[in-house]
Order: sequence, then structure tokens, then C-alpha cells
Amino acid sequence: MNIIGSYAVPLVISAILIAGLFRTNGMFGQFTSGALDGMKVLMRIVPSLVGLITAVEMFKASGALDVLTFSLSPVASFLHLPKEIMPLMILRPISGGGAVAMLDRLLSSYGPNSLAGRVACVMCGSSETTFYTTTLYYGAVGVKKIRHTLVAALIADFCGMVISGIAVNLLF
Amino acid sequence: MLDYIWAAMMLLSFIFGMMNGRMDEVTGAVFSGSASAIDVCISLLGTMCFWSGIMKIAESSGVSRAIGRVLSPLIKLIFPGLDTKGAAANAICMNVSANMLGLGNAATPFGLEAMKQLSALNPSPLKASNYMITFVVLNTSSVQIIPTTIAMLRSKYGAANPMDIMPAVWITSILSLVIGLAVAMVLNKRRVQS
Repeated sequence: MNIIGSYAVPLVISAILIAGLFRTNGMFGQFTSGALDGMKVLMRIVPSLVGLITAVEMFKASGALDVLTFSLSPVASFLHLPKEIMPLMILRPISGGGAVAMLDRLLSSYGPNSLAGRVACVMCGSSETTFYTTTLYYGAVGVKKIRHTLVAALIADFCGMVISGIAVNLLF
Repeated sequence: MLDYIWAAMMLLSFIFGMMNGRMDEVTGAVFSGSASAIDVCISLLGTMCFWSGIMKIAESSGVSRAIGRVLSPLIKLIFPGLDTKGAAANAICMNVSANMLGLGNAATPFGLEAMKQLSALNPSPLKASNYMITFVVLNTSSVQIIPTTIAMLRSKYGAANPMDIMPAVWITSILSLVIGLAVAMVLNKRRVQS
């Protein structure tokens, strides 16, 4: 399984470069203009990351995070998930920046190769900011009644979170 | 919603800091937290630039369009009865392939276009149609081939192979997508639009 992880990134880059050599002109120019776009996107999220990471860091320093984690630990053990990821599990569908902030703090406390670190990464990598996406898309077309959208989306998110624990336990 | 969560985190920090006698730590966290936020941003910056550049090449050389074409039979399966040559199906394909490549910037305009097209097909414009529900669920549990931000954070904290989680991410996101679509389909059938 590890070989997939090692090969995927170089393989994807090579495939794109080969396609680029044949199908487009001024590939390096394309690259730099895309990179500039990436930079602008990041610049736009810097303020929100500063706000959110600081809040998470304060929350952690005060001991409130431990209390939250501890009070959710029965749920965690019921779902066979490491209890450290429970606060992240709540934040993930609500705020993308908040999830990055929480994941960053979690990885710095427990390390990326700990069980909690791995499950947290798989969980974040396999889900989206559900509430934001739903609001954005329906808001754009003026739909007021979203019927069972959130039910389906949140069931999927919840199952994904439980599956990420199972997947990490099976594969590592 | 974010306003409340953000404020609650900091206000609770004050209360818990007082109760636990950890006010010095909370004060320290204000400064160390905001400083470390910039560290995070700087370490994300390189990856973000590089990956956006590569993906720009993917976009302009037609890789994302090719993925869209490969996906179109699946789209047909997920959106039964939708005209596969129509503008809605096309926007959906482009949105899904951009999401798979992690092109959030490109995915959103296609997604909004798809919603607009689906809205044009919707008999009751204030109420979400079955297609819309399926489409939004497709986006809230989208599958990303290379989760770059997470890989970046993993390598920042010293993971030897930051991508070793990828098979687990793929399995998890595909399963959660299938579950989401299945729930949406079952509820679409049960609650027929009035």
C-alpha cells in the first residue's frame, strides 16, 4: 500500500507535464501564472487562519480543549476513534480554516504518525466544509428549501469519519 | 455560525484559564498562536504555489476535461434522466474533475454554473430539486486525488512519507461519497417532489 503513497505525487506531476508538453505552449509561463493564483488564494486565507489558529491555541492553553476532549471520549470510544480527534470532528463540516487550525495544533501535539494524527489527516482529507458548500451553492440560485440535502451530506460525513478510523487501523 | 464558534473558543479560554489558574498560558497563547499561524501559512505557501502552478498546466492542457469525459458515464448513473450532452451535465463533469484535482478555485465557478443550469430545469425554483441535492452531496463529500494541504502539514511535522495516508484517504472518501449518494437517492425516491 505504501508504494501508492510514494508514487502518486511524482506520477501525477509527470503525467501532467507530459500532457502539457504536447497540448499547450509556454508551459512554464502557465506554471508561474498558476502559482501566482495559488499565492493569492493563500493570502486571502491568511487573516482567517491567524484568527482561528490563535483561538485554538488559547482554547488549548486554557485546558478547555482537554475538557471538551474528555467529555466527548465516551462517544469516541463508542465509535472506535481516538478521543483527541473529537473536537476536530465537530469543527470539520463547519469551518475549513478552523479545521486546518485544529489539525495543525493536533499534529504539533501528537505527531503526524501517531494514531490520532493519522486518523485526523484521513478524516480531513476525505471530507469537505459541508455547511459552507451547501450555503454557497443554494444561496447562489436562491433555493430556500433544501429538503434532505443536509441529512444526506452529514450522514456521509459522519460515516466518513468512522470509516477513517477503520481505514487507518486496517492499513497501518 | 463561525462568529459564535470563534468567540466561544476565546471566551471559554478566558473562563477555563481562570478556573484552572492558567491565565499566563492563555496570554502566552495569544502571541505564540498568532505567530505560529504565520508559520503555518508560510509552510503552506510553497506547496500551494507549486501545486496551483502544476494544476494550471493540467487545466490548460485538457487533463481536467479528459477526466470529465471519463466520468461522464458515472454522472449519467448518478443523475438519471439528465441530458448528458446538456450544459448542466457538462458543468457537473468539469466541477467534479476540478474537485478531484484539488482545484478549489476552478471547481466553484463550475459548481455555481451547474447549480444555475439545474435551477433552470427545476419546476419549483425555491425548492431544491433531486438533481440539486445529489449535486450538492457530490460536492460536500468530494474525492480529492492528492490532498495537498494535509500532506504539507504532515511533512511540516516530520512525517517521512507524508503521502502514506493516501490509500486510506481514497478508500474513506469514496465510501463516504457512495454512502452520501445512496442516502440522497433513497430520500429522493421516498420524498417525491410535490
